[in-house]
Amino acid sequence: MAEFLAMGGYGAYVWSSYTIAALVLGVNAVLARRAERAVLHALAHDLNGDDDDATA
Amino acid sequence: MTGPAGVFAAIVRRELRRAARSQSEALYPLIFFVLAVVLYPFALGPEPALLARVAAGVVWVAALLAASLSLDTLFRNDYGDGSLELVVLSGTPLALVALAKASAHWLLSGLPILVLAVPLALALELDGTTLVILLASLALGSACMSLVGTAVSALTVGLRGGGMLLAMLILPLYIPLLIFGAAATSNAALGLGAAAELYFLAGLLVLAITLTPWATAAALRIRMG
Amino acid sequence: MFAFLHKYASLMHFYRLSARWSGWLALATALLMAYGLYGGLVTAPADYQQGDSFRIIYIHVPSAWMSLFVYMCMAGAGAIALVWKIKLAEIWLRASAPLGASFTFLALVTGSIWGKPMWGTWWVWDARLTSELILLFLYLGIMALDNAIEDRRTGARAAAVLTLIGVVNIPIIHYSVEWWSTLHQGPTVSKLDRPSIHIDMLIPLLVMAFAFTTFYFAAALARVRGGILAYDRNTNWVRDLVGRGTVRGHG
Repeated sequence: MAEFLAMGGYGAYVWSSYTIAALVLGVNAVLARRAERAVLHALAHDLNGDDDDATA
Repeated sequence: MTGPAGVFAAIVRRELRRAARSQSEALYPLIFFVLAVVLYPFALGPEPALLARVAAGVVWVAALLAASLSLDTLFRNDYGDGSLELVVLSGTPLALVALAKASAHWLLSGLPILVLAVPLALALELDGTTLVILLASLALGSACMSLVGTAVSALTVGLRGGGMLLAMLILPLYIPLLIFGAAATSNAALGLGAAAELYFLAGLLVLAITLTPWATAAALRIRMG
Repeated sequence: MFAFLHKYASLMHFYRLSARWSGWLALATALLMAYGLYGGLVTAPADYQQGDSFRIIYIHVPSAWMSLFVYMCMAGAGAIALVWKIKLAEIWLRASAPLGASFTFLALVTGSIWGKPMWGTWWVWDARLTSELILLFLYLGIMALDNAIEDRRTGARAAAVLTLIGVVNIPIIHYSVEWWSTLHQGPTVSKLDRPSIHIDMLIPLLVMAFAFTTFYFAAALARVRGGILAYDRNTNWVRDLVGRGTVRGHG
């Protein structure tokens, strides 16, 4: 296991790359889902609020 | 004259007349060009060998920056007084308008830069033959810059942060021009041939003349339609 | 045939159909990613020259491929949006831009990190990395332009024009940068190139590439669904959907 983490001495480089990748993909996934949800929330709010909307 | 040539000439004349009236708009980018070049000796020291080595790149980069600055006002006045919208709605062939605007821009920006490049290049210790190649590369490159710049300028007309946004969009697109223009000049300085590089620039110019007017037309229709 | 396509182009239909796809794409991404990571980090033998540091390739190369793939998708969507004025294409283009920029960023960062143990510097002006850098600027420009224009539809169409200007430029930029790098560094093989690759090393690479692709489609789809609701906010089907109180964001 320790050997796996050490990556033949290049551990820092390999794991930082993979971590950054995880972060970049993760942030994108979260933001994408949040964007979808935010629109739904905003529209629900608009709908329950008033009946005359301004055009987009 | 209402044929295409007439429309073209009318637009170019109008741009030139407007520049003659409000000279600052036309002059400031040129002053900036000179200033940008002049900064480098202060940064790098006046040693002739070093200056000669960087001269090609310095003049070219300054030309790019000055071109992107001068593009900002290309459509701005027409946008401001509503005449741009009229032109788009009136059914004038927009590709022709694009070519005319780009040509006027070159006359007011590219051509003066060619003239100014002479004393500047000499001040940066470039010799005669290299200077000729520099001017040839700049002539071809600046025409490209005007054409591509017109398209991007049409895309960004009237937007907040317009000038900076325009520069940000256009500079990556100018990089191939920079690569070949500076290389042509450096080659000449080393006594090598620059024909291949100049041919490539000429090829880019032909591509630009063919494609950019349509891009500009599409951009104008989208933004003003 | 146009009727068939038209059904998919209809925002409401696409929204309903895509609900199913979201789940499958997420699942596919997870499985492919797991298999690819296991293959890349565990199964693939260490490179005899670079040791274990070569494993960065399993992030770097798929990211670079995706950075171009997403741009091509955007160019396609842009062309469709401009020629046929199909709203879904506009929405797809805007949804893809941040994803493409992220892949480009990832390719640059991992390329830089990989360069350090191998060639001792954090950055090399290598042809491929430099082209990626310019591509990042193209992406940022598209996002900036779209952002600067208030009307959503105009913004998408302006971004489409810019994307197409960029797509014509990409081969020119690639060629110019290649040429420039041989000019200044001599005709060596690009530093991040590899002459041949062992099959045990290649398979995880392809799997990771697929994983990144399904990820792109899954994430883009989520953004597209939000975009559809925004575009069609005043229609009955959206009002019904929202009014039913199902504000959970699942399809």
